[in-house]
Amino acid sequence: MAGMTLIVKTASRLLSPFVLLFGIYIVLHGHLTPGGGFPGGVIIVAAIVMLLLGYGAEAAKAKFSPLQASVSENIGSLILVATGLLGLFLGFNFMKNAIPLGTTGNLYSAGIIIPLNIGVGIKVAAGLAVILYAMLTAFEEEEK
Amino acid sequence: MMRRVLAIGLVCAIGALLVFTVSNYLLPFGTFPQRKFENFENQSVAQVYLENAPKAEAGGAGSANVVTSIVWDYRGYDTLGEATILFTAVCGVAMLFRAAKEGD
Amino acid sequence: MNVDYIVAMLMISFGLYCLLIKRNLIKMVIGLEILTFGIHLFLISMGYREGGIAPIVTSTNPASVVATMGVDPLPQALVLTSIVIDVCVTAMLLSLAIYAYKHYKTLDTSELRRLKG
Repeated sequence: MAGMTLIVKTASRLLSPFVLLFGIYIVLHGHLTPGGGFPGGVIIVAAIVMLLLGYGAEAAKAKFSPLQASVSENIGSLILVATGLLGLFLGFNFMKNAIPLGTTGNLYSAGIIIPLNIGVGIKVAAGLAVILYAMLTAFEEEEK
Repeated sequence: MMRRVLAIGLVCAIGALLVFTVSNYLLPFGTFPQRKFENFENQSVAQVYLENAPKAEAGGAGSANVVTSIVWDYRGYDTLGEATILFTAVCGVAMLFRAAKEGD
Repeated sequence: MNVDYIVAMLMISFGLYCLLIKRNLIKMVIGLEILTFGIHLFLISMGYREGGIAPIVTSTNPASVVATMGVDPLPQALVLTSIVIDVCVTAMLLSLAIYAYKHYKTLDTSELRRLKG
């Protein structure tokens, strides 16, 4: 798909890093503020969608190709399962909160929830990127 | 034309029935731990979750956000199943458009 | 006369009307989305407490205040799962609509019923 006018290109190029930073903040503070892995992943993929709509599909694919998105989704899923198996290897049941819990209210607290939120944030962002790349370039292959 | 009137009538009837069911007489609003409904009284486990989740000991989860501790600590297996659903949907969409790309 | 329940039931009725009357595929998907939003609103507003606060422990609300005045956190956690499932179902529906448009060049369901094969 083609890009848009000069105003849209400039605005999306200037705003996209701040949206990415905000999404990472919501994923990492999932146990202190409302949010968590799922809304944070959707905000991270909004930073990629702004580049995709403003500059066209070819420029966005040069920065973050569909193959990289597919591999990132699998890495996020593996982080999720490996954190669950950690409780199994330490002597308890699957997905038990076995690493030491800090004091409530700090950034390091609620032991197992931080790696789980990071895994799901990566997985949701990469999965939605794969879906959007497949849907938005469906009509281009016919014209060739 | 006749089918349109019938469909609008059906939707109005279902809407009126639903609004009557949830009026203040049948479903009381704002009574969270003690719900009484025609001599049937039930408590819920949510009061236990509200008290135990912020504690940093063996019974609690140690997080300040109670909803996140329910989603990942007390009911973490359901969230693993939901991540599997997301993976299946992405596989399905990618498979549909790969078949359309390789042509007939 | 609580407003939350009545608005949720009105949203369910509007979504049902949109599913029954409209003939465009995309408008039917929008009707299904409105129906699902109404159901989620009804589920969350069933866990309300009189004069309640959000179930998050901050510096102004210590753990004892949250335990006595917090609203029900369990429906909120279950609706979070349901929202993600709704997104997955909508993605599959829209990709099927794109596939049908590419093959038949129309999005009208009364036309799609007549073309066989």
